[in-house]
Amino acid sequence: MAWLNTLTRRKIFWPLVALAFLLAFNLFFTPNFFSVEIKQGHLYGNVIDILKNGAPIMLLAVGLTLVIATKGIDISVGSVVAISAGVVAMLIGGDLKGNPKYPIAFAMSAAVLVSVAAGMWNGMLVSWVGMQPIIATLILSVAGRGIAMVTTNAMVVWLYANPFALLGQGYLLGLPFSIYMVAVLLLLTWLAMRRTALGLFIEAVGINPTASRFAGINAKNLIFWVYAFSGFCAGVSGLVVCSTVMSADGNNAGLGYEMDAILAVVIGGTSMNGGKFYLFGSMVGALIVQTLTTTIYAFNVPPEIAQVVKALVVWTVSLLQSASFRAKVAGLFGKREVAA
Amino acid sequence: MSDNAPIVELKKICKTFPGVKALSSVDFRLFPGEVHALMGQNGAGKSTLVKVLTGVYRQDSGEILLEGKPIRPDSPLAAQKLGINTVYQEINLCLNLSVAENIFIGREPKRLGRIDWKTMNGKAEEVLKRLNINIDVTKILSSYSIAVQQMVAISRVLDSSSKVLILDEPTSSLDETEVAQLFKVIKKLRDEGMAILFITHFLDQTYQISDRITVLKNGEFVGEYETGNLPKLELIAKMLGKELSEFSYTTSGAREKKPDTADDTAAGTADDPAAGPADDTAPLLEAKNLGLRGSIAPFDIALREGDVLGFAGLLGSGRTETARLLFGIDAADQGDLAVKGKKAGISSPRGAMMAGMGFCSEDRKNEGIFAELSIRENIILALQAKMGASKYLSTKKQLEIAEELIASLRIVTPSANGEAKQLSGGNQQKLLLARWLCTNPIILILDEPTRGIDVGAKLEIMEQILNLSRKGLGVVFISSEFEELLRCSTKIAVFRDKVKIAELEGEDMNERTIMQTIAGGR
Repeated sequence: MAWLNTLTRRKIFWPLVALAFLLAFNLFFTPNFFSVEIKQGHLYGNVIDILKNGAPIMLLAVGLTLVIATKGIDISVGSVVAISAGVVAMLIGGDLKGNPKYPIAFAMSAAVLVSVAAGMWNGMLVSWVGMQPIIATLILSVAGRGIAMVTTNAMVVWLYANPFALLGQGYLLGLPFSIYMVAVLLLLTWLAMRRTALGLFIEAVGINPTASRFAGINAKNLIFWVYAFSGFCAGVSGLVVCSTVMSADGNNAGLGYEMDAILAVVIGGTSMNGGKFYLFGSMVGALIVQTLTTTIYAFNVPPEIAQVVKALVVWTVSLLQSASFRAKVAGLFGKREVAA
Repeated sequence: MSDNAPIVELKKICKTFPGVKALSSVDFRLFPGEVHALMGQNGAGKSTLVKVLTGVYRQDSGEILLEGKPIRPDSPLAAQKLGINTVYQEINLCLNLSVAENIFIGREPKRLGRIDWKTMNGKAEEVLKRLNINIDVTKILSSYSIAVQQMVAISRVLDSSSKVLILDEPTSSLDETEVAQLFKVIKKLRDEGMAILFITHFLDQTYQISDRITVLKNGEFVGEYETGNLPKLELIAKMLGKELSEFSYTTSGAREKKPDTADDTAAGTADDPAAGPADDTAPLLEAKNLGLRGSIAPFDIALREGDVLGFAGLLGSGRTETARLLFGIDAADQGDLAVKGKKAGISSPRGAMMAGMGFCSEDRKNEGIFAELSIRENIILALQAKMGASKYLSTKKQLEIAEELIASLRIVTPSANGEAKQLSGGNQQKLLLARWLCTNPIILILDEPTRGIDVGAKLEIMEQILNLSRKGLGVVFISSEFEELLRCSTKIAVFRDKVKIAELEGEDMNERTIMQTIAGGR
């Protein structure tokens, strides 16, 4: 049983169990949940939808994982998504023939740059001004909606420049294009964290800020750039969101995404107390959140109950994550060998 | 002043925490109309005793008598209702409310269900006048100095039912004039018959204000003395748990000098094989007139290759504060610091590290160890920070470095990959030492590296200090144990009440002289 013990000790084990459980539930109770068809050379089906619709949250969760690892939080990412969407939409423009006002690549870069600047603002407030992260990012969370509205002149901008639709609606080798973006961002971030000492420094700062300062780590700089990176991720996510619906709505784009993304990170095993972080866990977390949403829709659960169901599942997964809870349950069932 | 019966009497109080006997059969008496100082080193049991008296902890055995009747306060509030009030070091007041509001919070005078501001402000002024303080009570508290805030905190607990006032380190953040102001208030209250328990680390203040002293040591009652009959030197000896006669004038047990330099008693540098003529080379670390207001008075320090500079002093004497300035944790507001003759703009620990320094904090848990990181990661962290994030040490290389240090420092752990929190105190201390050793420092500052660890580990740490000095490092060694200082140091700096008062060398390096220097009777 030693291998089982090692397995259950891995942080990613319990999120994977939860995901497997959700999928198994669908296998038995949701007709055709796993059926995948090929239409016009692309794969279609619920599972593909989960990947496609989950991509924006997964992108956000990459940045948030690092923020939360520093014992911080960024609740402005939803608003930054709206800003990014607004900027890219205005620069591409609503020309009905689909001729972009500025080159699409330029528009995308500009949107991401603005988002990075937004993240830097958060980083400055948290690291240099010393504001509590939740307050610092609350400012941008509120103001960001306003900024997004201003960029789009408080209107919903519709886009017709087809190439831009690739990000949110396109397919590559049968899979949604956005999932490749997630894969690339995840891989690059993982390399930056685990093939340099950045990951170690971030964990050190999250576990013990004072001791990390005493050990010669420049915590302020590190925290600043982590928030800037979260802004970057939100910017990229905003591009995908805008491209998926080919419109930018300052009021609704990315609304509530920060909560889903934070949820994904926490379900994935990264503690809100900072410290050790799990990028792949966060991805599994995002998939759990998205699968749940899709399941609820597929099941025709009335919307007024849907949120309660979601809350219940999240509650269960969080309990499963808690070692002390598992130990208590193990105690209840006598000598059964549950991950001790 | 003490002919009458004690107002508070603690009899044979015992309190055990898991693994620690915090108080064993401690007696304590407090009389009305006296200021009673509770003295003791770290871990003596002062705060535990106060917490038992104020209902924060429940004693395992023993009894508390208030005016001869046994009481069992089960919370600070219950103690307050009995007339035992405490003003803590960190003032528990609302800085954003007015002085009057702070005094009457929770018991505001009301009229027709609304707060009667006029009466409240009037009464507040009255209460403060009793303490000879005339201030505008409608201004917010934060607009006044900490001393005034302290007195507002005191006035809060002064009403007719108040019999006992406990002041826990009330002067630690006050300057001289503020202390004088506070003492005036304390004396006035004493003269009115209040029993005052005063806890402080400042020796001089103890003698200025207290009528009686109780000394604790390692959770045991050492004795109760009239302040006037207890010379300072004797008090220090009692706090350290020694008889005066035990203190020898010889430097026996002191650092063994190399045979060829044994006759040289004056210069610490003579101990050093590599330094060459001392006058030509700049010291490794030189502080000139370095100081920070409210933390440590300006001091000079010169540390040469192979020096072990011991810091002696009682708790709160300014040793740690000095170390913090040297390592750039606190920014000095005056003076210069030079490393190897180069003025080092050391304004952060990172800057100090880059200049070749290392610092092991006395507070291992909060300022040293990363509990959830592996031992390996804990060890290489400073080195990695020094090298920069991009020059990542591979896990293999990390393991090599960590395992080498684990072996050479004899850190007891099944694996370098275990979490640091599993290590015992002594091994955590060695871990911190390992963290700095692998950065190849030229100067190492060790703040109480031997505290709270077992005897074997203590000896090993001291052995390391001597080793490092032989290798030519400059070491600052802070310890509350004079024997340890004498064993390792080439020079000893003595601190008292946030001032570096002397530097002892050669024949002066003995316990008696250190004690006399601290007592100020040299």
